[in-house]
Amino acid sequence: MRDAITVGLLAIGSVFALLSAIGLVRFPDLFMRMQASTKATTLGIGCLMLAVAWHFGEIGVATRSLLVVLFVFLTAPAGAHMIARAAYVTGVPLWQGTLRDDLAGKYDIAHHELEGVAKPDEGANRD
Amino acid sequence: MLIWNFVLMLVWCALFGDFAVKNLVGGFVLGYFVLSLLASRGVVGSPRYVRRVRRIVSFAGFFLTELAIANVRVARDVITPGIRSRPAIVAVPLEDLTDAEVTLLATLVTLTPGTMSLDVSSDRRTLYVHVMDLPGGDASRFVSSLKRGFEARVLEATR
Repeated sequence: MRDAITVGLLAIGSVFALLSAIGLVRFPDLFMRMQASTKATTLGIGCLMLAVAWHFGEIGVATRSLLVVLFVFLTAPAGAHMIARAAYVTGVPLWQGTLRDDLAGKYDIAHHELEGVAKPDEGANRD
Repeated sequence: MLIWNFVLMLVWCALFGDFAVKNLVGGFVLGYFVLSLLASRGVVGSPRYVRRVRRIVSFAGFFLTELAIANVRVARDVITPGIRSRPAIVAVPLEDLTDAEVTLLATLVTLTPGTMSLDVSSDRRTLYVHVMDLPGGDASRFVSSLKRGFEARVLEATR
């Protein structure tokens, strides 16, 4: 029973890691690829670390694997934010199927300022 | 109150003479119930701590279910042929949040599959989110669901 749960968690974790690797290859633009890759960290790493904690059943291992998950959860969004912003500012093109781009024209690169919006519906619509 | 909860947890483990994970967790949960009982009768402590823990737990449950649902949705788009998703960058107007609350909200949005926060405006009142699949191309519905779901719960847990 104990082993079955370990195997199940490992299988789920690896399947999600594999899926995000496939997504990384298949998706059409940088932003969607990043969607696929940051997601591997959530369910993938979460399940794998849970499997480790469950398998060994010791408090030392459990706290360390929890910390691994915590640090990944803390750092992945910060990294994604920096990469996405760098990509947008340097003009990496969006996929032509993108429905709308509310960020268009909002960056003031010279002053490192980003304008907000007064109302959500005033964003630019793309066809 | 949190300290009292830990003290009760340690007492529970001391009674068993075993500081294993299951005793620590069990002791903490039991200590929490004892404290909530005492706080509701007004004997010791404040009901604020009790309410806050309950909110944080319900928030964690909400977040984990969102995570699982959205992960399956992204996974389905990865394995089915063709790209059926309709991505969009949507501006989400925020309430007046503190720096910590904006950080927490943006982090949670990124961790949820299918949405990724790109940037926050300089006045902290707008969060730009890349949505992998905008349902029906309706941005205002997405904005209101994010505000009602994540933003409302972040505010509940932090204030």
